[in-house]
Amino acid sequence: MKVKVIVTPKETVLDPQGAAVREAMQHLGFTAARDVRIGRYLEIEVEGDAAAQEPKLRELCHDLLSNPVIEDYRLEMPNEKS
Amino acid sequence: MSTVTSSPQPLDPPITSELIAKHGLTPDEFERIKKILGRAPNFTELGIFSVMWSEHCSYKNSRKELKKFPTSGPNILVRAGEENAGVVDIGDGWAVAFKIESHNHPSAIEPFQGAATGVGGIIRDIFTMGARPEFLLNSLRFGPITGEGKNVTANRRLFTGVIAGIAHYGNCIGVPTIGGEIYFDESFEGNPLVNVFCLGVLQHEQLARGAARGVGNPVFYVGAETGRDGLAGAAFASRELTEESREDRPAVQVGDPFKEKLLLEACLELLATDAVAGIQDMGAAGLTCSTCETASRGGTGVEIDLAKVPKRETGMTPYETLLSESQERMLIIAHRGKEDVVRRIFDKWDVPCAEIGRVTDDGMMRVLNNGSIAAEIPAKPLADEAPLYSREARKPTTDYTDEDLLREISASSAKSVVESLRRLLRDPSIASKNWVYRQYDHMVRTGTVVRPGSDAAVFHLRAANKFLAATTDCNSLYCRLDPREGGRIAVAEAARNLTCSGAVPLAVTDNLNFGNPYKPENFWQLREAVEGLAEACRAFATPVIGGNVSLYNESPAGVVDPTPTVAMVGLIEREEWITTQFFKAAGDVVILLGDFGDEMGGTHFLKVIHGRKAGRPPRLDFERELALQKALRELIQAGQVQSAHDCSEGGLAVALAEACFHPAGLLGAEIDLSGAGGLRLDQILFNESQSRVVISTVPTSADGVMGLLKERGVPAQRLGRVGGDALAITVGEEKLRWPIREIFDDWFHSIGAIVRES
Repeated sequence: MKVKVIVTPKETVLDPQGAAVREAMQHLGFTAARDVRIGRYLEIEVEGDAAAQEPKLRELCHDLLSNPVIEDYRLEMPNEKS
Repeated sequence: MSTVTSSPQPLDPPITSELIAKHGLTPDEFERIKKILGRAPNFTELGIFSVMWSEHCSYKNSRKELKKFPTSGPNILVRAGEENAGVVDIGDGWAVAFKIESHNHPSAIEPFQGAATGVGGIIRDIFTMGARPEFLLNSLRFGPITGEGKNVTANRRLFTGVIAGIAHYGNCIGVPTIGGEIYFDESFEGNPLVNVFCLGVLQHEQLARGAARGVGNPVFYVGAETGRDGLAGAAFASRELTEESREDRPAVQVGDPFKEKLLLEACLELLATDAVAGIQDMGAAGLTCSTCETASRGGTGVEIDLAKVPKRETGMTPYETLLSESQERMLIIAHRGKEDVVRRIFDKWDVPCAEIGRVTDDGMMRVLNNGSIAAEIPAKPLADEAPLYSREARKPTTDYTDEDLLREISASSAKSVVESLRRLLRDPSIASKNWVYRQYDHMVRTGTVVRPGSDAAVFHLRAANKFLAATTDCNSLYCRLDPREGGRIAVAEAARNLTCSGAVPLAVTDNLNFGNPYKPENFWQLREAVEGLAEACRAFATPVIGGNVSLYNESPAGVVDPTPTVAMVGLIEREEWITTQFFKAAGDVVILLGDFGDEMGGTHFLKVIHGRKAGRPPRLDFERELALQKALRELIQAGQVQSAHDCSEGGLAVALAEACFHPAGLLGAEIDLSGAGGLRLDQILFNESQSRVVISTVPTSADGVMGLLKERGVPAQRLGRVGGDALAITVGEEKLRWPIREIFDDWFHSIGAIVRES
């Protein structure tokens, strides 16, 4: 089963990479670009019952896949859609 | 206008005693605020006082001590405390601005960004003065990284994170990191010290001031947009780190070195015009601090409108906007009529720029928000009249055992000196820091003459055609055992390092890293160390031109060893006087300036080999030290010195080994220490008595050198010759031998191996 993890910079934290991309968009004439935030997207193939692995997956999201000081993560289990 | 009371914002919480305490203000301080305002403050004003009167901004617990430093001298152009950084004349119309600053607390929470924004902050301090940043140094302390366990893993994470953060910011903005120091000790577990230093060069007439002068002049906000990052970081840095600090995490700021590079170029271009009346960076306490400090220095008032401040996020309250510590921002007071010059330059560099207010004549810092007054405070009392405290000082009970120490260490210690030297060379505090400085771009802009790894870094200021030497020094262990002597030695060692490089010391910037000042033992350490530094700065005629105080350096594990870091800059008059610590050619004669020494207290040998942080640290004799440095400079200037290396941690044996490690090719040495007579072998090799330098000289100069030293009253010992493939030391009957390749590998690869292991 495929588990998805989306890591984004915290809302209050500056994202220099996103800001640079936004400015590039504006230079290219897309002036409607108000804000760009750049994160990471991971797909993890999990064997067996993914739901049973959720606590471990959350721990990994917190300790390894994201830097909780400046990033938020969202763990998407196969049967949920948000 | 000043009779209008500021109106509370709709969502402000009521001012309760809990809220006041949460802002780190005492009931007495709150009364003082009411007296200054003539009324109770609103929430925004409470926040403003909270950050301005935090230790980080007001030095309320340390300022009385800082007054003990010598701050003036014939070549000092801007003195400590006058501006963002001190400025020193280096001749021919040129000057240097330099300063050291700590970013300990942010680095403890988020090592990469904490260290990176520390670098960004100190670079801004320098170009605010109108100087072009030329190079960086950093002085770092971490918990132990060798061994196993949760704490060691955490220490390694902090160590590698901080190094990566410094490298990231410095490399991206294109300012070389050319030297510094790193030590590892249990006391820094969970509370690393990250002290960053920057030096910039300017012509005298380029000097910029941080004062809001000229009533009616426009006030510009330039640089990155304001977000909610680093909210109230200055207040955060003025507390002890506890388990709950992890929950304070939104305080972390993220730096953008590319933005700062644009800001730097734009500011320097603008400062070269006649458009600027005053300039101030927004560091700790951001917009608040820069506004009230410029007004206070100018003897004026400033009125700004928060609605005009460029913002990254929506719905920011005045409280958040004023206290935000977003990076890469500056406040500029332009001359009236020059607004277009400012706009044109910042537009060219693609840096946001907004006119947010003007200079007034009523001495008030007035903050408007959409037409209403969000805060209105007399600027001078806010900026300069924070309460000053003299805390209770108590001498801690010491664990001196002095001569007993040697007896305690079994006599077998003397028999294992061969292995002891290898262990010392592998110890991360002594081992080569190449794993670290290889990550730094230490050559960018090609001004670096002596690269990291020698006693002091040497840099060519191409614009001014001057050679500078710079170093940071502090032995925290000495300071723990005797803060006054430790402070004196920190200054002496810095001066000695510069002298070994061929330089004449000019001035000092210091970074005082101590624990919670409300604990009497901590305050006693602070006072003793400051007095020690002050004595030594007088003795070496190196005034303190600025610096930083970082208190509350404690973690659940305890308080850090007191660390008054000394960064010293010296001038090398002629290129050919530049000297490094490495032996140059086989056959050269090795001479020890100073005595063999015998002091074992507080040595690295005791700490690393015997696990003891104890004893009375070595004593420093100013007269002796000054005579030695003067004679050494005389010899260097006469072209008689091939290499010069001072004896510090690890004593004479480590100094000799390090002198063998020339980056271009290892050289052994045959040394005879029989003259030390009567002492135990471990004592001869590893004592850390002060005022000692190992030099080498060509054989034909040796007699002349010995003669001159005798004339100058400087004790000197002829130790042997450079050459061979081993460091061979003879003491009477005892013949010790370390193959040079082996001990070089111990020393050179130690830190890299430790980091790779994890």
